[in-house]
Amino acid sequence: MDFLPTLWFIIIAVLWIGYLFLEGFDLGVGMLMKVFARGESQRRVLLNTVGPVWDGNEVWLLTAGGATFAAFPYWYASLFSALYLPLVLVLLGLIFRAVAFEYRGKAHRASTRDAWDWAIALGSFTAAFGVGAMLALTTTGLPLNANGDRVGGAFAWFNGYALLGGAAVVMFCLAHALAFVGLKTDGDLRRRAGRALSRWLPLALLPLAAWAAAVVMGGGKAWTWALLAAAATAGAGAWRSARAGREGWTFVLSGLFLLAGASAIFGAAYPNVLPSTLGAEFNLTVLNASSSPYTLRLMSFVAAFGVPLVLAYQAWTYWVFRRRLSETHIPAPHPVSPIV
Amino acid sequence: MDPLEIARWQFGITTVYHFLMVPLTIGLGLLVAVLQTAWHRTGKPEYLRMTKFWGKLFLINFIMGVATGIVQEFQFGMAWSEYSRFVGDVFGAPLAMEALLAFFVESTFLGLWIFGWDRLPKAVHLGCIWAASLATILSAYFILVANSWMQHPVGVELVDGRAVMTDAWAVFTNNTALVTFPHTVFGAFSVAGAFLLGISWYHLYRRRASGIDAVDPAGRVVVGEAPALGAGRDQTDHAVWLKSLRLGAAVAMVSFAGVALTGHTQAQLMFEQQPLKMAAAEAACHDGTGFSVLAVGNLGGGGRTTCDDVVGVYEIPGLLSFLANNDFTTEVRGVNTLLPEYQEKYGTHLPDDALYGERAGQEIDYLPLMEVTYWGFRLMITFGGLAAFAALVALWLTRRGTVPDNKWVSRLAVLGILAPFAANSAGWIFTEMGRQPFVVVPNPTFEGIDQVFMYTAAAVSPGVSAGEMVFSLAALCLVYGALLVVEVRLLTRYVRGGVPSAMPEAATRGGGPAGDDGDVLAFAY
Ligand code: HDD
Ligand code: HEM
Ligand code: HEM
Repeated sequence: MDFLPTLWFIIIAVLWIGYLFLEGFDLGVGMLMKVFARGESQRRVLLNTVGPVWDGNEVWLLTAGGATFAAFPYWYASLFSALYLPLVLVLLGLIFRAVAFEYRGKAHRASTRDAWDWAIALGSFTAAFGVGAMLALTTTGLPLNANGDRVGGAFAWFNGYALLGGAAVVMFCLAHALAFVGLKTDGDLRRRAGRALSRWLPLALLPLAAWAAAVVMGGGKAWTWALLAAAATAGAGAWRSARAGREGWTFVLSGLFLLAGASAIFGAAYPNVLPSTLGAEFNLTVLNASSSPYTLRLMSFVAAFGVPLVLAYQAWTYWVFRRRLSETHIPAPHPVSPIV
Repeated sequence: MDPLEIARWQFGITTVYHFLMVPLTIGLGLLVAVLQTAWHRTGKPEYLRMTKFWGKLFLINFIMGVATGIVQEFQFGMAWSEYSRFVGDVFGAPLAMEALLAFFVESTFLGLWIFGWDRLPKAVHLGCIWAASLATILSAYFILVANSWMQHPVGVELVDGRAVMTDAWAVFTNNTALVTFPHTVFGAFSVAGAFLLGISWYHLYRRRASGIDAVDPAGRVVVGEAPALGAGRDQTDHAVWLKSLRLGAAVAMVSFAGVALTGHTQAQLMFEQQPLKMAAAEAACHDGTGFSVLAVGNLGGGGRTTCDDVVGVYEIPGLLSFLANNDFTTEVRGVNTLLPEYQEKYGTHLPDDALYGERAGQEIDYLPLMEVTYWGFRLMITFGGLAAFAALVALWLTRRGTVPDNKWVSRLAVLGILAPFAANSAGWIFTEMGRQPFVVVPNPTFEGIDQVFMYTAAAVSPGVSAGEMVFSLAALCLVYGALLVVEVRLLTRYVRGGVPSAMPEAATRGGGPAGDDGDVLAFAY
């Protein structure tokens, strides 16, 4: 029975795509804190655009991880242990970023605030790069032995695909974040985001497209080629919209680019979830890495109930906080002085 | 160096650390929701001020719980891949459900709560903090189901050498989980109670020390006002601190009753499910009925086959039997009786399997480290009890409306905040180290399931080198250490800032509703 494992492969792909789509722009906004924002008030505008939602976005990552554990324990175990060091860095990045979001505004000195800004920017960068590398490697393979354990030492995972995947996600996040900033802010930030996109968008989408093309060429079916073509079209469309100053379309099309591109990647990788570069007989596939049908059925009911619910209230959150922010909205800082 | 040892240290350190933030989040979250509800119901300004003040401290702490929780979620796969393969079929499910059903609610609605002040309708805004807070409790349930399954595997069978779920209902209604859950949640409330108590005491004391509040000849409080000393030293804030103090004390006392009752049930289960853990917690070498209050001698455990040299200095006769069986006479089996039983059932040596690395074929030591279990158990109860007792004293001392003008008592109240934290850590260290050498403890009560168990020595990731683990352990310890300092300093600063530190609107907008321009969202960052 490979219906359930396939279904769960699709669910996990959806969770990853959801993660990249949503956290994509808040990771990007995090990086923009240092390379794009000018001055304190622009930084605060940027932070507040993602303030209400970034933590909810991050849970997509936790759910993708948890769902992999539940539905494909062998995939979870092999992938996470093989990528031990890069994942430590991802975790450190996420820790710094999360804490800095909350604590930055509470700093008294400008130098401390600046340190937190670096924590946000570098933390976001590391997390995006690491997640990208991990996803690229799970679609292109790692040196795994018969037991599913990495051989060849702590850096055996390192190769061109890790770099490509890392670059792909980082650059996608930057572009996606600029599109988001164009939608969510007003004034100088909005203008400059639009200008940057109309210049750099194709370059930013290129590595992700290259990764998708590599995977599709490796194991593609006809429909994954179609998805690849759709991704290219969406990317081109996003660029056109950016040049025409249509912010809504730019954002939507950059999202569609991700959806099509990542679907092509996952689709081409299927039925492998984690190939072994040491021999196809060691490949982890949806069949040999999955949980029992009983567990998968249970989890299917939970997902059928939970995922639509999450989508509904997260969508509502975006609706509640739909208005554009600008520097004029930013209230004066509120220094805390001891009364006792 | 041995990757297993490092992985264990790492898991222990990171979870104990995570569980410094967790109980405060769980306890304080619900109290903030209750306070905000009180504000809606009564409209009294002190409840709004309490909501804002405690809510701010809650957020400062919450974020650290989030940041350290992510590490937990990944750690099973990274450092414990064999464990993940063995248990994934049953253990992954509650973890995934925790994320999907609890973490999403928690984080999304907390975002709405933080940024939605003055933006959402009042009732909806109140609903957000309730949703977030109840979700933290739900998340505790799911993760404790997972943990209880390691302590007492149910609803599974062994298929091809791994645990496969056959009965989800049994897993989610595991009796171990059903008592561990209230025990842990009550433990969390005892943290929040002491937190409210200690901080409010400090503020009330400072009001007296600066001569704001005074006491009349009958000993009743005369609430003063000191505008010259700045906002937050007005009359309302006397009520803020006094009500918080009372609430905290009551919560601490009730939660202690809760942990004691549920703890008793847990102990009874434990005698049945993990008899050796309880014997080790009692330093009970021989069968007996007495509860040891103090034992001396070589508690070392681990590595030895008998423990004859432990001497009970003071025992309460019959109490051990009461803990185990609700009577005073049943003999409870001691270590010397139990060890041979374990050896007979589960073998004397680790299998000669590559999985065990250089430990393959080694003799198994079934006795957990006795000084840890013995003292862990006692410290848990003592620190929790101290906090509850202090809460009782506090209620009595403040019965006339303020605290005594005494620096040392005030320092003690602040120090007392740490007691329930210590009790929680001790409880977990006892529970987790008491189940060694197993990571999944055999369940002696069901035929068939008793073969579903796993030695910790087999659980670690075979492919990960000691060097990698040393790196992560060192990096995490450094970062965690630094962040703890940052968190405590921030908390201190906001505590010392009093209510105004948490109410910028009181300073800039005079506390009124936001203007048209400001209500895009509440700019929390
Ligand atoms: C009894 C309660 C309890 C226990 C034993 C644990 N946690 Fe926890 N955890 C919580 C109670 C909690 C919480 C109260 O729900 C937190 C604290 C702060 C927060 O955001 O939620 C949380 C946060 C939290 C997060 C971040 C959630 C977010 O982004 O919103 C993750 C991924 C985990 N935890 C995972 C774990 C794992 C894998 C554990 C086991 C080793 C664990 N926690 C032990
Ligand atoms: C948050 C509260 C918890 C605390 C404070 C805690 C504490 C500890 C400690 C001190 C250890 C080290 C034991 C040793 O090495 O002797 C440990 C190990 C471990 N715990 Fe927990 N634990 C907690 C919750 C959990 C939960 C909820 C789970 C599972 C869902 C879990 C799973 C494990 C695992 C897999 C190990 C590693 C194996 C081992 O060394 O025994 N723990 N924990
Ligand atoms: C009379 C008081 C108490 C009794 C009889 C009691 C009993 C127990 C027992 C038997 C366990 C071990 C369960 C296991 O091994 O799985 C335990 C664990 C634990 N205790 Fe207590 N306890 C008491 C008070 C407290 C207090 C005051 C706190 C915290 C404020 C606390 C927090 C914990 C925690 C966090 C654990 C680990 C999680 C768990 O297994 O529930 N306990 N307690």
